Amino acid sequence: MGKRTKIDARGAFCPGPLMELIAGLKLIEVGDEIEVWSSDTGSAKDIPEWVAKVGHEMAGVEHCEGYDSIVVRKAK
Amino acid sequence: MAKNIVIVGGGLAGTIVANGLCRQLGEPMRSGEVVITVLGATNTHLYQPGLLYLPFGRFRETDLFRNQRKVLDRRVNFYVDPVKNIDVENNKVATESGKTFDYDYVVIATGSRIRPETVPGMEEGAHWFYDLDGARKLRDALCHFEGGKVVVNVNVPHKCPVAPLEVVFMLYDFLAERGLGDKSEILYTYPIGRLHSLEPVAAWAKPEFDKYGIKYETFFNTKEIDPEAKTITSEEGSTLPYDLLITIPPHTGAQVVEDSDLGAGGWVPTERETLLREGSTNVFVVGDTTNIPISKAGSTAHFEADTIVDNLASLVMEGCWARQYDGKVFCFVETGLNSGTYIWFNYTTPPNPGPPSQMIHWFKLAYNRLYWLSARGLL
Repeated sequence: MGKRTKIDARGAFCPGPLMELIAGLKLIEVGDEIEVWSSDTGSAKDIPEWVAKVGHEMAGVEHCEGYDSIVVRKAK
Repeated sequence: MAKNIVIVGGGLAGTIVANGLCRQLGEPMRSGEVVITVLGATNTHLYQPGLLYLPFGRFRETDLFRNQRKVLDRRVNFYVDPVKNIDVENNKVATESGKTFDYDYVVIATGSRIRPETVPGMEEGAHWFYDLDGARKLRDALCHFEGGKVVVNVNVPHKCPVAPLEVVFMLYDFLAERGLGDKSEILYTYPIGRLHSLEPVAAWAKPEFDKYGIKYETFFNTKEIDPEAKTITSEEGSTLPYDLLITIPPHTGAQVVEDSDLGAGGWVPTERETLLREGSTNVFVVGDTTNIPISKAGSTAHFEADTIVDNLASLVMEGCWARQYDGKVFCFVETGLNSGTYIWFNYTTPPNPGPPSQMIHWFKLAYNRLYWLSARGLL
């Protein structure tokens, strides 16, 4: 199992959770994961949509108190 | 024994911190109880937002610069001697010339930099305006442009998040003024599924784009550029032809941050309210250098710097904290060559862009001059 890096993007309006995820993926190795915490209710839909489009992998979505924890694995 | 405050970086944030501290710590500085040192990479202070105007002939190069020694308060010890290592365990920084500076407090203000070389073909095939050389080359390219397809391409991460929209609107007016509007097409690409990371700004921009016939493609993260074929291809699998490509290159933080093992990508993990480096009690981080998930922008750096000035001065003189950073960001948004609007937001208040006006545009032009008062800690 690869390393996991957490990005706490709760309350982040700009650049926002998905942009933070895209930036974070550039800094990790293939097989490693990013766990994004987002209080933006759209992230649980936007992030999987982009991940599918670009070819990375979803490793999980967990609905927590006031935010979603979304884990993405770098696949390429 | 004097308290040594060392500021690493002489850009906007480092300069505002240094000058602000001088205003609040005048007495202990006079008595020698506090010494403030700035370690910078150059003696030239650049007003970065002015670069947006340069390609359109709306800003003179000489107005972009001031002598950094003259921008800094005369009480600051200023050295043009880039830092090569920040040792947060032993409270000292080492410079390229071989000097070592011990500190009681350090402020890391090393900023961000464009990295077009990290995308295949970008250096050869694209123009940008995020540095002086790039802005000059884009000015020349626009001067000789006779119409065609212009792609404005946005990469992640980048500073000044409204600049990509501004350059689109200014380009539209520029081409129309030169009689090239009917011979040209502007296509804007953005990494996520809307036109801007801020949802209210994206919602405002979309009908504006539609009104002007500006095309757009979202979910576009640049994979490579073919300068010979004049095409740009995304990670998502789309390939677009272009006659002129204007890109917002991806950024990283400073090399010294990575070399000092202070943060991947040159971004230092930072507590969002105190602006302290995570795990430190005497290492402040300001501006683009933080990993806080908010806009990397001049105003962010300015408001963070003001917070650090209040807290550092209070800690030195009174031994307690003054206040927390609330995430405030304020950005003018040029919506053409003669109109503008603005947005502000913080950690708890979302932005709400108002209708553009010529008055706000004029205010922005005025701020382009007033900036030098901000840098001196007067505004």
